[in-house]
Amino acid sequence: MEGNMNLTLKVWRQKNANTEGNFETYDVTGISEDMSFLEMFDVLNERLINDGKEPIAFDHDCREGICGMCSMYINGSPHGPKRGVTTCQLHMRSFQSGETITVEPWRASAFPVVKDLVVNRSSFDRIIAAGGFVSVNTGNAQDANALPIPKENADDAFAAAACIGCGACVAACKNASAMLFTSAKISQLSLLPQGQAERLIRAEKMVAQMDAEGFGACTNTGACEAECPKEISLENIARMNREYFGAVVSSKG
Amino acid sequence: MSWVTKNLSSSLGRKLIMAVTGLSLVAFLVVHCGINACIFVNDGGETFNAAAEFMAKNFFIRAAEFGLFAGLLLHIIDGLVLWSANSKKRPVKYAVVSKTNSTWYSRSMGLLGTLLLIFLVLHLKHFWVVSRFTDHITSGEETLFQEMKETFQYLWVVIVYVVGCISLSYHLLHGFQSAFQSLGWNHPKYTPFVKSFGAGFAIIVPLVFAAMPVAIYLGFIQ
Repeated sequence: MEGNMNLTLKVWRQKNANTEGNFETYDVTGISEDMSFLEMFDVLNERLINDGKEPIAFDHDCREGICGMCSMYINGSPHGPKRGVTTCQLHMRSFQSGETITVEPWRASAFPVVKDLVVNRSSFDRIIAAGGFVSVNTGNAQDANALPIPKENADDAFAAAACIGCGACVAACKNASAMLFTSAKISQLSLLPQGQAERLIRAEKMVAQMDAEGFGACTNTGACEAECPKEISLENIARMNREYFGAVVSSKG
Repeated sequence: MSWVTKNLSSSLGRKLIMAVTGLSLVAFLVVHCGINACIFVNDGGETFNAAAEFMAKNFFIRAAEFGLFAGLLLHIIDGLVLWSANSKKRPVKYAVVSKTNSTWYSRSMGLLGTLLLIFLVLHLKHFWVVSRFTDHITSGEETLFQEMKETFQYLWVVIVYVVGCISLSYHLLHGFQSAFQSLGWNHPKYTPFVKSFGAGFAIIVPLVFAAMPVAIYLGFIQ
């Protein structure tokens, strides 16, 4: 797939977590505007390999916006300039030929760089492991309507569950705060009957883990909501605050 | 650590402290603005002086003053602790940062708060120290209204006060609605009201405050 877009890429290159990184500049020619941002990187990497150079490491998996692996900070925005899309869904037609594009990894002390544009997001896994689960045996699928759930709650829980855990909220936040992620995970469970059993300990444990991982506090700037590829709402953060303070004053632990 | 201190020092607990102290400072602003606006009656400061004397002599108001300073101090210290902790969460900065995803004043609450603090030091020195720790006013040598007129005859003082009011306006523009979000108050019925009321409050109250030194300097208040 050849095209007529010529771009200058400034890409963060870093060998591993223990070395200092720096920007490398690449001229990428003949790019089609129908390529995704990651396909453009594939083209660049093939050329680098053909030239006997080290290809640029970047995270990717499903390439259809549902896995949450891609994580490029493009021209000052996580997942690039378009709202509501991941990097893999960002097409080169969103850029102008001749443009210089700066690509950086997510920057947060809780997301250390593994290599180039790849960061270690296992801190998110540990927040989930601290309380983002249901330990009651749910058994086989229930008969329809055996568990009455108001439509509004089901919709809100589903909207929160749309979080793919990519970390764009942390990348966008001036405090590198993980509140939008953590609140989405708390919300999806607290809104459903299955999540009630551990409701009083969940928020406390997940927030404690979030703090321990070195994420910042919330300034309510709303940058996370604006940059989230799944458009997770700030209402979840308010719900997390309610869940947390409710748990703090009423839990027995 | 007890469960109280443990949870109040968590990231969410610190935000709760910011919200509660912030909203109590907002409540103070209403009283402060209302009483000072008495100068606009333009009766030679009679109404204003009477209101000021009531505030100075009422036992409950004086007791609340301790609460006010405790809240103010807590708001400042907690804000500085949050600012310092948050600034360490991204050791390697971005080379390019898009600024379209949030307002500049929501990202600059620490800076606006610091500007307010600098203004507040001068402001307390002008009026609070004079009326509480000298007998300048209590001896009847001068009224608080005369003190106000004297203070605001200097242009640089008026400029500092107006800049202080502009900082207050932007601080409130974000802080008012942000406090409700931190308290978990986000609801389709009330949040639009909180946001528009907060915006109105953030514009009107500092505007009334700023009008005082300006009006006195220009000689509108006799």
